[in-house]
Amino acid sequence: MSGPSNYQPKSAFGKWMHERLPVMELVQGQALDFPTPKNLNYWWTFGAILAVMLVAQLITGIVLAMHYTPHVSMAFDSVEHIMRDVNSGWLLRYLHANGASMFFIAVYIHIFRGMYYGSYKAPREVLWMIGVLIYLVMMATAFMGYVLPWGQMSFWGAKVITNLFSAIPFVGESVTTWLWGGYSVDNPTLNRFFSLHYLLPFVLAGLVGLHIWALHVPGNGNPTGVNVKGSQDTVSFHPYYTMKDAFAIVVFMILFSAFTFFAPNYLGHAINYLPANPLATPAHIVPEWFYLPFYAILRAIPDKLGGVIAMFGSILILFFLPWLDTSRVRSGTYRPIFKQFFWVFAIVCVALGYLGSKPAEGAYVFWSRILTAYYFIHFIVILPLLGLLESPKPLPSSISDAVLAKKKPLAPAE
Amino acid sequence: MKKMLKTLAIATAGFLLLAGAASAATGQKDAKAISYSFEGPFGTFDKGQLQRGYKVYKEVCSSCHSMRLVSFRNLSEHGGPGFSAEQVKALAATFTVKDGPGSDGEMFDRPGLPSDRFPSPFANEQAAGAANGGAVPPDLSLITKFRPGWYGTFNQLLNGIGGPQYVYSVLTGYEEPTAEIKAEMPEGKHYNPYFANGHFISMAAPLVDGQVTFDDGAPNTVDAMARDVSAFLAWTAEPKMEERKSLGFMVLIYLAVLAGLLYFVKKKIWADQH
Repeated sequence: MSGPSNYQPKSAFGKWMHERLPVMELVQGQALDFPTPKNLNYWWTFGAILAVMLVAQLITGIVLAMHYTPHVSMAFDSVEHIMRDVNSGWLLRYLHANGASMFFIAVYIHIFRGMYYGSYKAPREVLWMIGVLIYLVMMATAFMGYVLPWGQMSFWGAKVITNLFSAIPFVGESVTTWLWGGYSVDNPTLNRFFSLHYLLPFVLAGLVGLHIWALHVPGNGNPTGVNVKGSQDTVSFHPYYTMKDAFAIVVFMILFSAFTFFAPNYLGHAINYLPANPLATPAHIVPEWFYLPFYAILRAIPDKLGGVIAMFGSILILFFLPWLDTSRVRSGTYRPIFKQFFWVFAIVCVALGYLGSKPAEGAYVFWSRILTAYYFIHFIVILPLLGLLESPKPLPSSISDAVLAKKKPLAPAE
Repeated sequence: MKKMLKTLAIATAGFLLLAGAASAATGQKDAKAISYSFEGPFGTFDKGQLQRGYKVYKEVCSSCHSMRLVSFRNLSEHGGPGFSAEQVKALAATFTVKDGPGSDGEMFDRPGLPSDRFPSPFANEQAAGAANGGAVPPDLSLITKFRPGWYGTFNQLLNGIGGPQYVYSVLTGYEEPTAEIKAEMPEGKHYNPYFANGHFISMAAPLVDGQVTFDDGAPNTVDAMARDVSAFLAWTAEPKMEERKSLGFMVLIYLAVLAGLLYFVKKKIWADQH
């Protein structure tokens, strides 16, 4: 890792420890003194917010697991036992369920921030790719978590999603049976989902460690996209960004609390309060809101295998984003045309989410197809061409210059 | 910051468009939008209403519908109907509970205790179906949480899912079908446009005026009883609602003050950088 390491142990114990495990040097160099561009805006606080959300999900989840029973005949009732009999159990469960949604809100803002400011460009490609991996593991974790209460949508959602794998040629059926641990979604499925739902968050924590490591090698990007040129461009992480992040985290907690305490079931599905019934298919099987754009892409393709490929492709294509964007200018702020396409893309993603929530019929399918096509065109055609054709605005010569230019009052018109 | 707030507002609107956008599939009529004391961020249950609702449940609903997630002891817990511990003991004892096996290896009947769950009227789902012409009466513990009275992303955000209103509307929504509808109606079904699974419901209108006599002398019209029992079912589905709202209120105040303080700390720390 880069960064200053002028740590000098002061106490005798500090010296003793430093010779054996220089953990304080790491803390000082990477968390306290770490030089960070001084022009980061509030969009950059979502990294810290995500770290807090991961810890919150881990803590509430571990306590919930103490009271939950992963068995098809007891899972639903054990969740209601948590809601009714466990001290503050309702709070833990509502925090955990809404925490998942908040986690995704934060991660989507974080991803789109990266896309707008070109955070994936050299030398941060690996940082970005680890991020995409984190996002994939998050989706898998959240999916399995939603199955655990064993309500109607848990069961039917699990059925629809695991069935997707049956589209794989030749081995599809076997793969699905292997995933289920039997010939249908049943107790073995619930058991393994519980086991994996407990495991994957720790995998996430490990990936987050790598993500931060990969961040601390080149250091943070910044809204201008211009490299740090010297110490005049940076501030130490503490107290400048610890305090800015702390403020943002608390503001985010207000949103989180508003849902948890005053609309705790709004982001879920009412029908999941009905115990799973393999004999009664719900009129409408819809995944949670954060999967809806991908659900729309899945259903846009008339062929099952094609739909599955498009859905996974829509996420996997993000791995290639650092090379699909050919522009050498990082920040969207200095790319007038890219900026417009960025917002069009963001709106397309939201619109796909809306379409994913609607039944797959009529105009909804038509628009899903158009927007799915656009989603891929954005990455495969628009981004590579824009980098070659667009003439970017002049970049500031340094971060300090950009900060000073912003602070200077506008010269009166002559 | 201002620009960011604007962007966030747009993003939030988009996000809300995604959330909870499931819609009705069966052409169910929107529930009647009556209001309850427990709505809104400060709403609390009306204890008298919950006690009356319990009586309607016990005397009418409980002959067919189970309530398997609720215990008698819950009736005296904070934020509920507010029966006293003695009252709960007495009212639990009016139920018969199957227990055992005893030391002789046989199951036996005994009067209910506060720690018992509400006993179900039928031994199992099959028995419930057999006694009701094949239609299994749903368990009522969570009905106001799994049956929306209306749909729409923004509508549900502002007004909730209308679960209690759904129950109220079904109970008061039986109509004489037109000749056209009558022709489609299966034998033994009843016409109710508010019902979630098509307009034909197996349950006959369960309430008639004056059916239950309330101890507090409150009106016992079908409308009043339906309001009371639907409020009671809102409580059975979400018994910790009052605790949740009052804690939430304090948490929000705490966070708002903390955010304010942190904002000024941050501003002060950054002052030397601008």
